[in-house]
Amino acid sequence: MPVAATVPGRFDAYGGRYVPETLMAALQELEIAYAEAQRDPAFASELSYLLHHYAGRPTPLYFASRLTESLGGAKIYLKREDLLHTGAHKINNCLGQGLLARRMGKRRIIAETGAGQHGVATATVCALFGMECIVYMGQEDMRRQELNVYRMRLLGAEVRSVTAGSATLKDAINEAMRDWVVNVRTTHYLLGSVLGAHPYPTMVRDFHRVIGIEARRQILEAEGRLPHAVLACVGGGSNAIGAFYEFIPDQNVRLIGVEAGGRGPALGEHAARFQGGSPGVLQGTYSYVLQDDAGQIANTHSVSAGLDYASIGPEHAALHDSGRAEYVSASDAAALQATVRLARMEGILPALESAHAVAEAIRIAPTMNRSDILLINLSGRGDKDMGILARELKLQGA
Amino acid sequence: MTIEFHQKPGLVVYLTIGDPDLATSKQIALAAIDAGADVLELGVPFSDPLADGPVIQRASERAVRNGTRLDDVLALARALRTERPRVGLVIFSYLNPILRMGLEKFAAAAEQAGVDAVLVTDLIVEESEQYRAVLHRHHLQPIFLAAPTSPDNRLARIAEVSEGFIYAISRVGITGTQQEVAGDARDLVARLRRYTQLPIALGFGISNAAHVAAVAEFADAAVIGSAIVALIERSTPQQAPSAVGEFIAALRAPVPSESAVS
Repeated sequence: MPVAATVPGRFDAYGGRYVPETLMAALQELEIAYAEAQRDPAFASELSYLLHHYAGRPTPLYFASRLTESLGGAKIYLKREDLLHTGAHKINNCLGQGLLARRMGKRRIIAETGAGQHGVATATVCALFGMECIVYMGQEDMRRQELNVYRMRLLGAEVRSVTAGSATLKDAINEAMRDWVVNVRTTHYLLGSVLGAHPYPTMVRDFHRVIGIEARRQILEAEGRLPHAVLACVGGGSNAIGAFYEFIPDQNVRLIGVEAGGRGPALGEHAARFQGGSPGVLQGTYSYVLQDDAGQIANTHSVSAGLDYASIGPEHAALHDSGRAEYVSASDAAALQATVRLARMEGILPALESAHAVAEAIRIAPTMNRSDILLINLSGRGDKDMGILARELKLQGA
Repeated sequence: MTIEFHQKPGLVVYLTIGDPDLATSKQIALAAIDAGADVLELGVPFSDPLADGPVIQRASERAVRNGTRLDDVLALARALRTERPRVGLVIFSYLNPILRMGLEKFAAAAEQAGVDAVLVTDLIVEESEQYRAVLHRHHLQPIFLAAPTSPDNRLARIAEVSEGFIYAISRVGITGTQQEVAGDARDLVARLRRYTQLPIALGFGISNAAHVAAVAEFADAAVIGSAIVALIERSTPQQAPSAVGEFIAALRAPVPSESAVS
């Protein structure tokens, strides 16, 4: 329901808080705790210490020379979030929220996960801080990201299988929110993307801003100028908003979000919210949603579990409507091809999610000048996807 | 129109409309009214009912699967209004189906159907300004939830903007059954009374005559939801209306005083 952007947690018409009343006290407590933490230099310094010494920041900005050469167009740089501890950008947010939970005295952490990267990062941070950890994961996602399920369990987390609906990320979020409603007094919900009710979309974005801050500085150091475009895959949109945010004032830098085009444009076959979705409310926030004409949320499909979600972070909805960012999609097949190409040309195996951004770069780079620069946020590594890759690329067998 | 409770305690009955099918939902609703329900909450099925426990989730899934839509729920409301003019009718929904129909179109249709009030599970007071304005134009009463976790300043605000009755959530949690009416509930109702003269209906986990008797000690009405939805799930479509009627009639039966509650 569009309202004025002056309401906290609004990105133009999008965002807000659409939750059961039971959660409001916890959301307000979180909002206040986060505001206090932001004013506390000790919080910033502890987070920055952990990001540096524990997670491995800053991550490199790498010039992919062989890929660039083979495409014959724009220069391609990769922001190597895949090199972070636990294998994806997700750890940035988990460390931030973990510290915040500790400040609030909440020792029980719940989280949802799609691809399992956020679940692994949450389990890791809970191990680090000695907190109880419960991760909700769709049964379908547990099957296709099995290695991450083992990792979470090894780290001491309890992984709870969710069988409702399509048994993917959306259903895991429903279940995590139900847990939170029941246990709200003792539990922090460590939401893994720029989704959900205020303050999550703002807070999670802030914890990932470091990606764009580093990348902007690094590209200026390397090239003395800003890139032509920044590309990132968009599921909920946390790595994308983290990469984009610092470049928003740079009007000449195109911001390109790449959604999951899946198997095709029919409803249920993809997760491209801006190419088939319309504004609506799902899981606490007002944004673009894939839905039918009765307002039921549609099933989605993507080869990558982390992009397989029916809604998108509200700040992306605002950036889309204002035209500041562009959103395109890459198909399952294009993402798989991009995975192979990056692996063989650069020796870098991207997560299937991140491979969507690589696919779009591969598509547009040849049409651009050799002096143009594309900066891809390589949000995660593909080790977790080996099972899917083996099947899809027929790597198995003698 | 306005909601009225004709007895003490009043009985509010929640039904997931379209479970098992629309025609049966109508028969169940009529049976519930005839057995003594003062108010019916007509639940609009939604694909992602995140405030609901497993019983209502399953009902909602069945109803979505058989294609029940918000328009169907409104059509049912109209039929019930014609056949039972005195019953209170509340549309009980998640926000998205209403947004998809369009707030204005929804409110106009609800008014036409003879609906009294609307309760949206995932709409809090702060986000409700436009919604309330549209409801008012169509003479519909906005009902809001109050939770044990709501601090007093929120309860004051909820009381200020609610009409018809206030739906107090008996305990922290999702919908579903429980053994006893929680101590949280008594405290919440007492806190709410400081801010409102409206009737207070207590819901979440009320499932038997002992609960209803306990609720009667401090609240104005009891909301029965999951217990009835579970009964419908266990019954054949043919049996469901009479089973629900008997269940509701028995809720007002006297109970031994020691089974009343913490």
